Amino acid sequence: MKIDRRSFLSFTIGGAAGTALSPLPWKLTDDMAIWTQMWPWTPVPEKGEVTYVKSACTLCPGGCGISVRKVDDRIVKIEGLKGHPVNDGSLCILGLAGAQLLYGPRRVKAPMKKINGKFREVSWEQALDEISKTLADLRSKGEPHTVACIADSDRGTVPELLNRFLRVYGSRNFIRTPSIQDSYELTLNLMQGVRAMAGFDVNNADYVLSFGSGILDGWGSPVHMFKAHSLWREHGGKLIQIEPRLSSTAAKSDSWIPINPGTEGTLALGIAHVMIKESLYDNDFIDNYSTGFHEWKRHIIDGYNPEIVGKVTGVAPSTIVGLASSFARARKPLAVCGRGKGLTPGSLKEFMAVHTLNAMVGNIGKEGGIWAVPEPEYIEWPELEMDQTASIGTQQHRADGAGSSLYPQARYLLNRLPETMNASSTYKLIQVLFVAGANPVYSMPGSADIKEAFEKIPLVVSFSSYMDETAQMADLILPNHTFLERYEDVPAAAGYNRPVINLARPVVEPRFNTMHTGDVIIRLARALGGTIAKALPWESYEACLEEMMGDRWDTLVEEGYWTNTDFAAPQWSEAFETASGKFEFVNKEISSLARYSPVKPEGDEAAYPLILIPFDTMRLWNGYIGDPQFVIKSVPDTVLKKNDVLVEVNPATAKSIGLRDGAYAVLSTPKGKARVKVHFYEGVMPGLVALPRGLGHSAYENNLAGKGINFNELVGPFDDAATGHDAAWGIRAKLAKA
Amino acid sequence: MSTEDEQAKAVSEDEISEIPETGSPEIGENEQDGSGAMIILFFILGFVASLIVGWIIFPKLLYSQKQQPVAFNHAMHNELVDEGCESCHFFREDGSYSGVPKLAQCIDCHEEVQGESEAEEYFVTEYVQKEREVPWLIYAKQPPCVFFSHVAHVKKGDMDCVTCHGNIGESESLRVYEENRISGYSRDIWGSNIGGFKKNSWDRMKMDDCAECHRKENVNQGSVQTEKGACFVCHR
Repeated sequence: MKIDRRSFLSFTIGGAAGTALSPLPWKLTDDMAIWTQMWPWTPVPEKGEVTYVKSACTLCPGGCGISVRKVDDRIVKIEGLKGHPVNDGSLCILGLAGAQLLYGPRRVKAPMKKINGKFREVSWEQALDEISKTLADLRSKGEPHTVACIADSDRGTVPELLNRFLRVYGSRNFIRTPSIQDSYELTLNLMQGVRAMAGFDVNNADYVLSFGSGILDGWGSPVHMFKAHSLWREHGGKLIQIEPRLSSTAAKSDSWIPINPGTEGTLALGIAHVMIKESLYDNDFIDNYSTGFHEWKRHIIDGYNPEIVGKVTGVAPSTIVGLASSFARARKPLAVCGRGKGLTPGSLKEFMAVHTLNAMVGNIGKEGGIWAVPEPEYIEWPELEMDQTASIGTQQHRADGAGSSLYPQARYLLNRLPETMNASSTYKLIQVLFVAGANPVYSMPGSADIKEAFEKIPLVVSFSSYMDETAQMADLILPNHTFLERYEDVPAAAGYNRPVINLARPVVEPRFNTMHTGDVIIRLARALGGTIAKALPWESYEACLEEMMGDRWDTLVEEGYWTNTDFAAPQWSEAFETASGKFEFVNKEISSLARYSPVKPEGDEAAYPLILIPFDTMRLWNGYIGDPQFVIKSVPDTVLKKNDVLVEVNPATAKSIGLRDGAYAVLSTPKGKARVKVHFYEGVMPGLVALPRGLGHSAYENNLAGKGINFNELVGPFDDAATGHDAAWGIRAKLAKA
Repeated sequence: MSTEDEQAKAVSEDEISEIPETGSPEIGENEQDGSGAMIILFFILGFVASLIVGWIIFPKLLYSQKQQPVAFNHAMHNELVDEGCESCHFFREDGSYSGVPKLAQCIDCHEEVQGESEAEEYFVTEYVQKEREVPWLIYAKQPPCVFFSHVAHVKKGDMDCVTCHGNIGESESLRVYEENRISGYSRDIWGSNIGGFKKNSWDRMKMDDCAECHRKENVNQGSVQTEKGACFVCHR
């Protein structure tokens, strides 16, 4: 017997025939098909019971209600809450991506202490013990006023607890992060005599004159503004966008009016001039409910005729006349300001200039107009009982200089803090700093100065849920639960014209070893004892919250929000709480402020021939929250290409410097330098360079870290002469071939 | 060069042509008989071997054997409850199907150890007291590319659980769970017969088995939600 080649072939053929008659090839093909259709690594939501939990989004000041879809204990989707007065079932890209902030990689999972430059996990007892000892120590040395707190809001129980804690401890240094809220509050306070938030009845307005406000780029309450914009489309309302760059808002407006950056206030006064000249104002309001109009009028007539204004702003005089006429003749006109998302307070006099337009058409407190929304009144705590240390401490000046003789109007001046702190190398202005719901190291202009100031503070305590830039600089991190894991009242939606309180609630159990910041404060107070413990007597934050909400609690739990449907703006005869009881165009306080003049950008024109301006979009978030993964993925490659940011330059300007589209360039300002790519964009005025805000993070996971440039590293704050608030809208810059 | 190549070619052709001349024709025939048998033999060998591999060895290699985390007696539980399968495998208020019970349902009776079985004690100490969900292995779990609504079949279609799931409700212990090493799904989907043959309606749960019944019963030929036909009746 000889096994030869033919036998072998025969064996193979027999094998093939047998295999074909066995299930092996067919079964394998089927299995492979199933495997390739359902890659095992593709996440598939578990099956389980589907429930919805009503809660509140706290990722921006917009105040949206949310409905969170869960499968068993896992959050799978966040939707807008139907019927909610602010967002009625809609939600923005950031809110939709909110679950990534809960499950994503940037969480701080336990209390951390920095030891030799590295974070080590510590127990809550140890962390709280350490802080309370330091605080007790400072008090015994008579230096309670060197404790400060930065928070993103001064409304609601958590900010109020922080503020109350500081006060009774002996410090006035509660600092709110800056925004246009600062300027609008002061405007209402000075001209109407009220302590209130500015609300805009955008749904009913039919002619909106926006001085650079990013109506569709995240200004005010973003979703509310989007919905209002849709309503204008439906009902024939008009949006006039005045800004130097064709933003998304400008692109979707009825008319885009490019303007020399920083001169928006001048244009407002130019429009006022035409309205005065042509008697296009509400006589009833001006004659019966305002004072100082005639004095103010003279100043406007003299200084702001369309020719002069045209030269300053670059807007044609005929356009100015046209704007005045159509604004004043509209049925429900409304003028708004605050550039982009409204993160820079801006020049107070500019806000007042725009507000006078509203006053002249008599839309204050009217349908489609600007409303003064009273501050929420539900937090009523007994008068503080202060011991001697606290009394002495709270008589000291604020560390940021707000309310001082130099800046008597300002309530908070975070932008002034670094300069004051860095001026002296020995004196310890702040020895303990708490940071809650804010990321100033990233979001404040002049990043380098902020970092220097933070390094001087012996103990920085961050309450951040995320390892952000500020948390990285902290000595202790006491991570808060995320907004999907905690109770919190969210009073007032930015720019919404009625009082509303949202209730964020634990949709899921806390995933990590985190603690509610409210509870941390209550526990610290308890540890310090005496009058401090007395001032914050609650067992827990939840108990405190429930007590404050009183009758509203049940509604809040059931509906997810509470609103006063009967709220109506008061009649003009009762609306103003000024000395005259009327709207005041001019008064002693207003006259004492520096006069309006356009804020000039920092830098020397010869060395820096261009001007750098920032821009905001819904796809880039630049406050406490940095873009979650889904959101950063939505940024187009005309803004961010791999790790390079593209700056928008008008082709004419770029060609005059010899830069090609897509070429690398060095962007330099008096504050810093960065390597960028050039993007030719006809929508930006010649002579300008536009850079998006919200990129250039050094913290967070690598979806976001190291991508692009942080605008704040290239710009510094510029103090508004009237208030001390940051009024910088840009900076001089140079663009050169790389 | 070319001449050398041509020479070599000529030589090899000569060698080949020489073979038949030197060989005896008789011996050649005998060898052919023998090799013919050999060819058939090897064909059969190959045929049988591959059938054995395909029908017997392959399924053993394809599936891994897994034990359920806790021993469970369906028959006994079935006697104790009032509403049959739906006592534990119930429909939620919104009509969705709860599937394999969660600990929350077991705890109603099993907060403390019942009886003297070892499995019971293990279940209570390891899962109930530690509040851990039992990682049950689900025999009938379908790939996520399919919409399957229990309520449509059981409540509207009036089908019995047995039609698809067999008599598992009468079993006293849980079968070994066989997991397909390639796709990761249970063997119950393809069926225990590797050839795909079935005797009972519950022997297989492949797409064809769904389709067979859908055709026979002449049910909706389009998706209720999307109104699309063919694949979209069940597939996402």
